[in-house]
Amino acid sequence: MSFYLAAVLQALCLGPLVLGVYLTMKVFRFPDITADGSYTLGAVVTAIGLVNGWSLWWCIPLVVLSGAIAGICSAWIHNRIKVNLLLAGILVMTALYSVNLSILGRSNVPLLQYGTLFNWLTVFRTSDSNTLIIVTCILCLLISFMTYLLRTDFGLAMRATGDNEQMLRALGVNTARMKWIGLAIANGLVALSGSLIAQFQGFADVNMGIGVMITGLGSVMIAESVVLLFGIKRIAFVLLAVISGMVLFQLILAFSLSLGINPVMLKLVTALIVLLAVSIPQLRVYGKRF
Amino acid sequence: MLSVKGLHKSYGKLEILKGVDFEVKQGEIVSIVGASGAGKSTLLHIIGALDKADAGKVVVNGKDIHRMDAKELSDFRNKHIGFIFQFHHLLPEFTAVENVCMPAFIAGKSKKETEVRAMELLTLLGVEQRASHKPEALSGGEQQRVAIARALMNNPAIVLADEPSGNLDSENAAALHQLFVDLRDKLHQTFVIVTHNEELARISDRTVLMKDGLIVLD
Ligand SMILES: Nc1ncnc2c1ncn2[C@@H]1O[C@H](COP(=O)(O)OP(=O)(O)O)[C@@H](O)[C@H]1O
Ligand SMILES: [Mg+2]
Repeated sequence: MSFYLAAVLQALCLGPLVLGVYLTMKVFRFPDITADGSYTLGAVVTAIGLVNGWSLWWCIPLVVLSGAIAGICSAWIHNRIKVNLLLAGILVMTALYSVNLSILGRSNVPLLQYGTLFNWLTVFRTSDSNTLIIVTCILCLLISFMTYLLRTDFGLAMRATGDNEQMLRALGVNTARMKWIGLAIANGLVALSGSLIAQFQGFADVNMGIGVMITGLGSVMIAESVVLLFGIKRIAFVLLAVISGMVLFQLILAFSLSLGINPVMLKLVTALIVLLAVSIPQLRVYGKRF
Repeated sequence: MLSVKGLHKSYGKLEILKGVDFEVKQGEIVSIVGASGAGKSTLLHIIGALDKADAGKVVVNGKDIHRMDAKELSDFRNKHIGFIFQFHHLLPEFTAVENVCMPAFIAGKSKKETEVRAMELLTLLGVEQRASHKPEALSGGEQQRVAIARALMNNPAIVLADEPSGNLDSENAAALHQLFVDLRDKLHQTFVIVTHNEELARISDRTVLMKDGLIVLD
């Protein structure tokens, strides 16, 4: 049972990441690969902070800021040098690998002996319940923030930019600005996830970000299908669905492990889940046609 | 109102505009006609600050748009220009009335005031009963009317339309053209319309012929 609980906790720690991926999908209709690098960056900054005894009050904002800067780099390359977002993201992600490795000093730093966010507050006796409470609080804050943001005029223009960038430019939106702000917020969230996961798992590793954006994308796709199916309109519920998508995702992974699937095959399973998630909308169309 | 002087524009080696001069007065409907590839859309995009000229001057309402930076240009498009394209380009996830509100929201206007004006415009254009529908539920003519309402939202100095009836059947096209005339009469609205439609060219106040990057007939 605690095996599945761990999967749920892990999914919740990945909550900020899914919100970030959701935001980029809204603003660009396109996933941003910078996430693989900024996720690790968040973990690395956290590790450095914990090892050097920085206060978490400083550490967490620094994590978000570092992710935001990574996002701004991608946006700058995309907007200014007119490189498409896929390539811009790959460039920044690749560069971040060296940055992360040089900041961390080696490829893996254990963090178990340090006081993390999750043992800083002790409401319950068991550490899992504590983690659950803290992560849930963080997610509630983030969902409120995102709901507010997406409902403002600014957020409206941001959402609409993904719908039709040319038209939004014609209507007088500075779409380049939308993009860099969007990528900054999204990667700040992604870095926060990297930090939470590092604290939850008790280590930071330079390779931990590989494929994490795909996991986020899969969750968003699962959520989009659910949102379509039930006609969910309210933004807060959509965001909840997006996070639930990640919970479902992690549970499926945990379940396949419990079936005795070799952990080496986990990325393959991940890819298959995402493939399934992206094909659901197509299946619906076929269902209607025949 | 609008004054264009000596506009030049090239894409690579291909010279599209070769020194276009052009004036439009307040409350005029001017249509631009010409063969496809003559540079009509390019001219319209430069007037509307969606694209930059290599040389020349565009002055709208006394403002020289080539002196503006990116932020000022966005603001300029939002406040002074209304665009209508051949395809309606309504945003699919928003209703008709929300689409009409969009330019005002972008300008940071209050929600209440904006929604009242949006409904007035939809009524003026005869599509008020479709206000809460998504674009996909509307007919081609209705979609284009909603797009016109959106273009008028912020009281633009000029509405620029690029083949607005190019995608409509003749009946809907004729109704749309009449609408431009009505709006000119009622609101004293200025229009610059690129069109292949002879009837629209006939009912405009002036017709301008573009050929090989120049205005040859005024
Ligand atoms: N972004 C662009 N890059 C390169 N060539 C372009 C671009 N936009 C337009 N053109 C070229 O400019 C010429 C004029 O185009 P356009 O202004 O759209 O003509 P019209 O609207 O009169 O049919 C065409 O030959 C077209 O291929
Ligand atoms: Mg054209």
